[in-house]
Amino acid sequence: MAVPQHLEFFVDPGRCIGCQACVQACTECDTHRGHAMIHLEYIDRAASTQTVPVVCMHCEQPTCAEVCPADAIKRSGDGVVQSARKPRCIACGNCVVACPFGVPELYIDRAIMMKCDMCYDRTSVGKKPMCATVCPSQALFFGTREQAMVLRPQSMPTNKFRFGRQTITTRVNVMVPRSEAVPATVDVTASLQDRPHQRDARRPAHDLTDPFAAVEV
Amino acid sequence: MATTPVDARAIIQAFGPHRSANTRGDTAVEPDRLVKTHCCFCGQQCGIQLKVRGNEVIGFEPWEDFPFNRGMLCPKGVKRYLQGSHPDRLVTALQRDPTVAAGFRPMAYADAIAQTARRIAQLQQQHGNDAIAVLGGASLTTEKTYLLGKFARVCLRTPYIDYNGRLCMVSAGAANKKAFGIDRTTNPWSDMVGCEVIWVAGSNVAECSPITTNYIWQARELGAKVIVQDPRITPIARTCDLYLPVRPGRDAALFAGVLGVMIERGWIDREFIDSHTVGFEQVAEYCKTWPLQRTAQVTGVPEQSLLQAAELWGTARSSFLFHARGIEHHSNGVQNALGTINLVLASGRIGKPKSGYGTIVGQANGQGGREHGQKCDQLPGWRDISNPEHRRHIAEVWKIDERALPGPGVDAYELFRKIDAGQIKGLVSICFNPIVSLPDNQFVARALGKLEFYAAIDFFLNDTAHHADVVLPGSLHEEDEGTVTQVEGRVIRIRKAVEPPGDARADWRIVQDLARALDRPHGFTFGSPREIFEELRVASRGGVADYSGITYEKVDEQMGVFWPCYSHDPATGAPTPDHAGTPRLFEHGSYNPVAKGKGPFYFPDGKARFNVADYRPPVDDVDAEYPICLTTGRVVSQFLSGTQTRRIGPLIDQYPEPRLELHPRLAQKLGIADGDWAVCETRRGAITVRALVVATIRPDTVFVPYHWPGEKSANKLTVAAQDPISKIPQYKVCACRVRRAGAPPAWANQLEPQQ
Repeated sequence: MAVPQHLEFFVDPGRCIGCQACVQACTECDTHRGHAMIHLEYIDRAASTQTVPVVCMHCEQPTCAEVCPADAIKRSGDGVVQSARKPRCIACGNCVVACPFGVPELYIDRAIMMKCDMCYDRTSVGKKPMCATVCPSQALFFGTREQAMVLRPQSMPTNKFRFGRQTITTRVNVMVPRSEAVPATVDVTASLQDRPHQRDARRPAHDLTDPFAAVEV
Repeated sequence: MATTPVDARAIIQAFGPHRSANTRGDTAVEPDRLVKTHCCFCGQQCGIQLKVRGNEVIGFEPWEDFPFNRGMLCPKGVKRYLQGSHPDRLVTALQRDPTVAAGFRPMAYADAIAQTARRIAQLQQQHGNDAIAVLGGASLTTEKTYLLGKFARVCLRTPYIDYNGRLCMVSAGAANKKAFGIDRTTNPWSDMVGCEVIWVAGSNVAECSPITTNYIWQARELGAKVIVQDPRITPIARTCDLYLPVRPGRDAALFAGVLGVMIERGWIDREFIDSHTVGFEQVAEYCKTWPLQRTAQVTGVPEQSLLQAAELWGTARSSFLFHARGIEHHSNGVQNALGTINLVLASGRIGKPKSGYGTIVGQANGQGGREHGQKCDQLPGWRDISNPEHRRHIAEVWKIDERALPGPGVDAYELFRKIDAGQIKGLVSICFNPIVSLPDNQFVARALGKLEFYAAIDFFLNDTAHHADVVLPGSLHEEDEGTVTQVEGRVIRIRKAVEPPGDARADWRIVQDLARALDRPHGFTFGSPREIFEELRVASRGGVADYSGITYEKVDEQMGVFWPCYSHDPATGAPTPDHAGTPRLFEHGSYNPVAKGKGPFYFPDGKARFNVADYRPPVDDVDAEYPICLTTGRVVSQFLSGTQTRRIGPLIDQYPEPRLELHPRLAQKLGIADGDWAVCETRRGAITVRALVVATIRPDTVFVPYHWPGEKSANKLTVAAQDPISKIPQYKVCACRVRRAGAPPAWANQLEPQQ
């Protein structure tokens, strides 16, 4: 049983409406005892309703596994990075600190790290992950690359991310606006220092300026 | 006696809302079976499979084959199943008893039915048949709404029945009737993917109808421009192409101004207007009174944005326009909806595969629940209770003398005024929680206290039922079967997953038990919802909302049937057992039984009607004393008055208590910081809730969601002004003032968040 290679995960934060259907659906699963393995955060609620869902990106060379002193994190042949193995995990938290995407979480009460395993119980038997099944805006999409290209002509999937000198290739794709400004590899650390600039041609001006400037209080 | 028997907190302690016992099902437990049904909440009616083990719903599994949502669900849909096996579930009938701590004690079901029937009979003997009123709801199956309308008219012989769709769908319904002669969204949602422009007027799509987001954004992916008109930058507005930050209550002015520009610039379809509509010239005259400068001044939308809207809308070749409560919940709600229809008719883009118009219904059966007779002026099949021909048809189906059929009643709020005035003495309610959901709800509470007898049917003890003399334990959505009609006009099947627990009964059985106990069983001897539906088919035949060709089997085979669906060809009268229904209205060359081939619209001449959509300022507008606009609405994890969602733990945690949204500039002026307690006060009352300081709302407006009761209730603040035609309350705007609270409210350490 493995996740078929032609099926991929595509995350499009521009579509996220913050409804938490993914979070609520993720808590249903018994394999992680009702904890949501997906993270959904407001970027800055005071300024915007923009939210971002974060699933495990399932790196080709998972940093979490590389730093694990107990060899508790395995990447299966289908490219899915599994959650920590209970008998091995020593709950040291190395993976939590090292993951560039901030995905793993330590559950002190159970002395184990848990993270998103792309609903391996579902995806390995041909189903979609629960979050991508229920997501009402399809910010989380699971399907073939061909389907994604047809459904998302305005953006393109990328799975290369640069963090300083580390470049990471992932099994999960992030949809970025299709414009010349987008490099083949998204430089994540640079975005942390600069203010985000308007790369998305679709993003309206009011996202950056105050549409209520003229309103008196 | 319909005053509350004991202090509200004592009732809450006993009957909740408490949190569900579990936050999730156990996925390690295998279900016995999966039941394909739909969500119990909003009008999207997403398909869902319930996992059932024994007589318990233990979880859900997405239903990816259902074409509308293909497995997608919002958080309410995901957690809906937790309402079953809930500790607050009513499993016996209850009798008001001030001598017990909880205020109610269990009573035998048969005694509850007998007592209710006895009290209704007594009150009707003393004060006449119309001393009793019935309140229904649009979350009920169509079968139940049909039965309830028949129960009021045939069994109770009272004109006084209305429903909570009065708070929801009636402005759109009245406008559709005036403009099109039929009241339904024109196209399936799949039609919008591929259109050029989508205008969303007053709809927080992402939170109130989340699945629709995917359709709108799929259309955007393929190039559609999205216009959003809202006082708040909701998630759907965040990435729209044109945001119109309209001041609450000014929508009709906006539509007139934009249409004025379209006419001036020639961005209209003159040929369509001439051949398929009447009344354009009067509308054009009216629009002349709304030059851009005046429109901008009144609406608070910059002239440039209005111009852009006119150009985007006026020059498109295909388009959809959607509206929802944002423009409908106004004392000018019908005019607002007519304003949107004028934009659609002037564009000529209707009745085509990639062009349509519709209201996004709020409740599960917001569409079907407004078609078959629980509305005060209506009979089944969208018939008019004042129309002699319509009355004759229904009287014949019901096998009664037409003269015995009561005339029109009054809207739900007027019904409470009649209770307050002592004209209505007794009430039977189901699926309606007016003490949370009606505006100026302190008045509603006072009126309830004057009832001589009140019987409430519900599965939980809702906040209004605190006033009841007798509570009859009804059925949860998953404990009964039937049909509902979802947002697109598609009739779908609600399938029974489990039996009602304890003494609880399917609602239709309770209604029939009452009819029997009243010794008026004639017409109330149905053996199943299917039998009710079969009579409804006959009753609706020949009406505009014609369901005569719909069968449960056809619904199953086609994954839903769009009405009208004819058992007999309306043109020839020949049987049409294979009629598939009508996914798209007003198509060129289409035949309907009103126009009889003269045109696609449902008037004798086949033409649509332009109506002058007159702007009137809101009632209770801002002034020096109350200088801020208050607007109300929903959040994604709660539904309506919260009777169900305020009992589901994970949904409570997602948004535990109402918060007052205000802009940082207003917050600064008022000295309020994010998280502070703030007092919001109107001419009706005041509530104290925590502030949420966000730049996503107009600085002259504050927002409070309305799902909570009592001291947390936004409807303690709202004004009971109503639209003169639709009687919808003006929930979306009233004048308020806001200040920082000196101390937390008393309830802060006495009530749980959901209570």
